[in-house]
Amino acid sequence: MADLSVKVAGVSFNNPLIAASGTFGFGREYGEFYPLSTLGGISCKGITLKRRDGNPPPRIAETPSGILNAVGLQNPGVDVFIKEDLPWLKEQGTVVIANIAGNTVEEYCQMAEKLSETDTDMIELNISCPNVKSGGVQFGTSCESVGNITKEVRAHCKKPLIVKLSPNVTDIASIAKAAEAEGADAVSMINTLTGMKIDINTRRPIIHNNTGGLSGAAVFPVAVRMVWQVSSAVKIPIIGMGGITTWEDAVEMLIAGATALQIGTVLFSDPYAPVKINEGINKFLDDNNISSVTELTGTVRPW
Amino acid sequence: MKYDIRKLVLISNENIAEGIYDMRLEYGDGGIPVACGQFAHVYVPGKSLRRPISVCDARDGVLRLVYQVKGEGTKIMSQMKPGETVDVLAPLGNGFNIEKGKRYALIGGGIGVPPMLYTAVQCESPLVITGFRSESLVILQEDFKKAGAELMLCTDDGTVGRKGFVTDLLREKINEVDEVCACGPTPMLKAIADVCREFSKPCQISLEERMACGIGACLVCAVKVRKNGEEIMQHVCKNGPVFNAEEVVFNG
Repeated sequence: MADLSVKVAGVSFNNPLIAASGTFGFGREYGEFYPLSTLGGISCKGITLKRRDGNPPPRIAETPSGILNAVGLQNPGVDVFIKEDLPWLKEQGTVVIANIAGNTVEEYCQMAEKLSETDTDMIELNISCPNVKSGGVQFGTSCESVGNITKEVRAHCKKPLIVKLSPNVTDIASIAKAAEAEGADAVSMINTLTGMKIDINTRRPIIHNNTGGLSGAAVFPVAVRMVWQVSSAVKIPIIGMGGITTWEDAVEMLIAGATALQIGTVLFSDPYAPVKINEGINKFLDDNNISSVTELTGTVRPW
Repeated sequence: MKYDIRKLVLISNENIAEGIYDMRLEYGDGGIPVACGQFAHVYVPGKSLRRPISVCDARDGVLRLVYQVKGEGTKIMSQMKPGETVDVLAPLGNGFNIEKGKRYALIGGGIGVPPMLYTAVQCESPLVITGFRSESLVILQEDFKKAGAELMLCTDDGTVGRKGFVTDLLREKINEVDEVCACGPTPMLKAIADVCREFSKPCQISLEERMACGIGACLVCAVKVRKNGEEIMQHVCKNGPVFNAEEVVFNG
C-alpha cells in the first residue's frame, strides 16, 4: 500500500483526488454513494455573492468523448453556503475548497473575506467560467487581469488561494506566472474549453446559452499539455484536471506535473470513479515500487 | 447508502413499434424498490452520459424499460443482447403520488406512455388515455388492458383510435376522475395542465430535460417552478421528474 497523501499549499489531502467544482454540488448527493472521505477533497459548486438561478435549459449536450455544459453558476449564494452546507461538509473528513465567482473584483474580495472567517480549507478563484455573461472568464484571459484579481483577492484572503485557469487563452504559462507573482498558492487547471453543438434539423444550438464548456475525455490531451507547460513555468503546485477518466489518466496527469487532481465529468457515467482511480494509482505505485504518489509529480521525460 | 448501481442481466430487448424497444432486465428476488414514475439511469458503453429512462414496469422481479431510439446512446441500447449485463442506477427521482380511494386519469403521449403502465398497476380501475402520432408508434395497449384500465386511444392522424389529441378525450371524461397524471411532450403537458385548471382537478406531470448526474449534483436538468409565490430553479432528476402541474413555469 503506497502513500497516496499529497500536500498543496500546506493543506494535506488523504489522496490526490478532488471532486471538480460544478460536478459535485456541495457533496450531499455523492455522499449517498460512498463516504466523502473517499476523496482527498471537494471543490464545491461555484458560489457567488448573491443567489444565482443559472441559465435556462437545456444546459448540457453530449459530444464525442465529452459534454458541453452551460449551467451558468446556479447557486444559493455565499451566505447560504456558509450557513447550511459548510458545517456539514466539514464533518465529512475531506478537504473543503470553496470555489468563488463574481461579477466584479470587489465581489470576489467580499466573498474571500467572508470565507476567510470560516472553516473552509482553501479558496479556489474561478476566473474561468465560460458560461456567464459578466465576470467569470473575463478576468481570466489576460496576464494583467489575472495578476490584478489575484493581488486584490490575496489581500482579503487568509486561506490558501488556488487560481483556476482557463484554457481559452493563447499562452497559459504566462497567465499562471502572473497568478504566482501576485500571491496564488496554487493553480488548478484546466477549466472547460468553450464549444458549441448545433442540431442540424432545427439549426438551433442544443444548449440554450448557445455555447458551453467542453469537458470529458475529449479535452484530456489538451489538459496534459497545458499542465506540462505550466509546471515548467511556475514553482507553485498544480491541481491538474480536464477529462481524467481512468487511473492511467490520473497517473499521466501527475507525471505531466500535477501535485493533485480534480475529476468531474467521469462521475456522470461512473459515480464510483474516485474509488476505482485511487485503487488503480495505488496498484501502479506498488507494482513500480514507488512508495509515495508525490514521487510521480513532474517526472515526465520530454524529448 | 441511498444510491445503488447494479449490473442487471438483460432478458429481452424487443422492437415493439417503429423505433421503440422494450428492454427487460432481471432484477432478482425480493422485489424492486421502485415507485411509479421513477426512472433508471442506464450506462451506455462509450458514452459520457447515462440515459435516463422511465420505469415502465417493475413487477415479478423484472425491470422493464420501454424507450425510443433518439440518438447514438439509445441506438447502442437497442443493440444490447439477452445475456449481456446492463449497468443501471435506479431508482431515481420522485414518482407519481397515488392515493387510495381516488380515481385517476393517466395520460401518456408517445414515449411518455411507458411510465403510465406501472402507474396504472398502482391505481384502482384507472382511466388511461394514450396518444400517438400514428399507428406505427402505438405501444402497450394490451398491457394496459391486462392491468384493468379503462383504455382510450387517439392518434394525430387518425390511423388508429380516435383522430385527435389526448386533451379532447380528457375533456369528455374529466368529470369521471378525481386527479390526472401525465407524461409526454411539453406542449401536451401544458395543454393537459390547462384543462385540469379549467375543471379544478389536481394534475401531476412528469417532465423531461437533458440530464447528466441524475441525482441533483450537477444542476443541468433545470426546471422553473413557482413555490410560495417565488420562482425558483429545481431539477428534473431530484425534485422530479414528477411535478405538481400548477407549480411548473412553462417556457421558463
